[in-house]
Amino acid sequence: MQGYIYPNEFELRWSLLIVLYPYLTGLVAGAFILASLARVFNVKEVEPTYRLALLTALAFLIVAPLPLLAHLGHPERSYEIFLTPNRKSAMAMFGFVYAWYLMVVLLLEIWFDYRRDFVLRAREATGPLKWIYYALTLGSTDLSDRALGFDDKAGRWITIIGIPSAFLLHGYVGFIFGSVKANPWWSSVLMPVVFLFSAIVSGIALVLIIYIVATLFRGKQVDMACADKLATFLFYAMVVDFSLEMLDFIHRLYESEESIEILSQLIEGRLFVSLIVLQMVLGTLVPLISLGVVSPALSWRGTRKVPAEVRRLIYLGCALLVQVGIFSIRWNVVIGGQLFSKSLRGLTVYKAELLGVEGLLMAGAFVILPFIILWLLVKIMPPWAENEIPTSPEA
Amino acid sequence: MASPADGRDWESRETCEPVDRRDFLWEALKASLGVPIALSVVRVPELCGMQEESDAGAERIYGMGIDIRKCIGCGRCAQACKNENDVPDEPYFFNTWVERYVIRSDGEIVVDSPNGGIDGFPPYKEEGGTLRTFFVPKLCNHCEEAPCVQVCPVGATFITDDGAVLVDEEYCIGCGYCVQACPYGARWFDPVKHVARKCTFCYHRLAKGKVPACVEVCPTSARLFGNVGHRANPLAHFLRFNEIQVLKPHLNTKPKVFYANLDGEVR
Ligand code: SF4
Ligand code: SF4
Repeated sequence: MQGYIYPNEFELRWSLLIVLYPYLTGLVAGAFILASLARVFNVKEVEPTYRLALLTALAFLIVAPLPLLAHLGHPERSYEIFLTPNRKSAMAMFGFVYAWYLMVVLLLEIWFDYRRDFVLRAREATGPLKWIYYALTLGSTDLSDRALGFDDKAGRWITIIGIPSAFLLHGYVGFIFGSVKANPWWSSVLMPVVFLFSAIVSGIALVLIIYIVATLFRGKQVDMACADKLATFLFYAMVVDFSLEMLDFIHRLYESEESIEILSQLIEGRLFVSLIVLQMVLGTLVPLISLGVVSPALSWRGTRKVPAEVRRLIYLGCALLVQVGIFSIRWNVVIGGQLFSKSLRGLTVYKAELLGVEGLLMAGAFVILPFIILWLLVKIMPPWAENEIPTSPEA
Repeated sequence: MASPADGRDWESRETCEPVDRRDFLWEALKASLGVPIALSVVRVPELCGMQEESDAGAERIYGMGIDIRKCIGCGRCAQACKNENDVPDEPYFFNTWVERYVIRSDGEIVVDSPNGGIDGFPPYKEEGGTLRTFFVPKLCNHCEEAPCVQVCPVGATFITDDGAVLVDEEYCIGCGYCVQACPYGARWFDPVKHVARKCTFCYHRLAKGKVPACVEVCPTSARLFGNVGHRANPLAHFLRFNEIQVLKPHLNTKPKVFYANLDGEVR
């Protein structure tokens, strides 16, 4: 502790778990936006990751609200958010935005995309698996051209609705913080926009990681056209994200409001490692420069010619650094916003515990869980091109 | 007449002299050049209604007045509150606490509140000369535009008809959003009940016609409690005859804890 903090501020109310919540939600929104843009704008190169991105979004979406739930003082009363929501509360609407996104957008899109596969697999499989696939078709087994055409059209429409929904989902998470006028570190109109772009960055990086790692594990060749395209997208998204963050930063510095002094102390002291070192240097500048040099973002063959294997490794390294950077962003927002007193006269400290509901182990579990779910999803619904089942003529 | 600093009109509604309806309309029209006439018309019955009512029938809106010059920093209010409201003893849960401000000649401002002021304050080691010192009792401001009420996702935090901001402990899901939204650090999280808690103006005592515990024990009457809509009570007198300030007025929370002789440095 340093300076004066209100006595009630001694305990940080929002802990590591609340850092995870915008982090995970951001990955969902980002992965989905990547998939959707590729579909709507017909980007052929990234097609190998389309289904993978959708499944990734689903796996992370299932886990996203869990840390929030675990953090509540009374999780057993959480359903009240749906029964008696306070319509003026930013948080109350999250439940509905989430439900809309899960039910109307993501599940439907995946279903239309996979319906043909489900039907074919139900025909081929034996034993209980047959019934599982049959159940997944929801009884609609028509594989005529008209039906498949409808699937495609419906999927496209849902994608179009899905893009603004994904923007809403994560912009909204930003609003939960950005609308707290009591907190000068959070209160900013840019917050939802910054959240959104950092979400896109994190989502693309995640899909890139999963794609490269999974392909290597399956003993297949990484499609470099696809990886290059993803890296290019990642680069562009990072440029926008970085510019927005700089804008926010310069704006604050220039306006230099009452809070500037304590916020400078915060950045120079408590947040130095997580903000300057992890977020800015390692999480942004290093990957940005590396991608700029090796990916085809700035010139068609990359500014430097690098062999595919090395490029692949650099992409992977960059994407991992980006994850560290984005996690630090969430940390700096959520924890950073509670490290200074609202009296603007002092700073406090956050001690993360190891065990317990809010501890490091629990947080680690919430990060690993989506990967387990994703693994299961990939087993049931392989997203890879070579698993494509040719339509049998008797349809 | 000194109305509350933020210019709300609980007072003015009652302090105007009886007027003839026609005269009043004319005066209002003249006075409000540019203000929509409709507004004045709507207010006539309201004003007259108020005139006919005795104070007892006036709208009841609770508020507190705190005179900084009278506070001696004894911390009895903070202790009384802990006893009265079952607030844990640890030094980081308070419905009300007392801050000591020392403004040094070199412009440095030193603030402290050891154990909320309950055990008194250690002697201040003077460095660089002292310009002003004073104590500031703090508590939930029972904001009229309370951010904590706005953000509560389930409506567990609410404003009563008489203006007190309360938490329904049976209903609170313990999300902690209100703790973040309160600009004054007035809320704390109950480690046993796992719900958000704060000052209630001793609502259970008000129901029995008593004043809040902190007001009752204050040896110098630095704290006053009453109905802001009431004309003849000590609080009304306090609001009329002092220069009144509220905390962080720029946030537009419209506090109902009014300070007299508050220093501009207090945040
Ligand atoms: S002071 Fe804080 S807790 Fe009290 S009503 Fe205002 S915002 Fe709510
Ligand atoms: S902690 Fe309780 S009172 Fe506060 S916002 Fe959450 S549900 Fe409402």
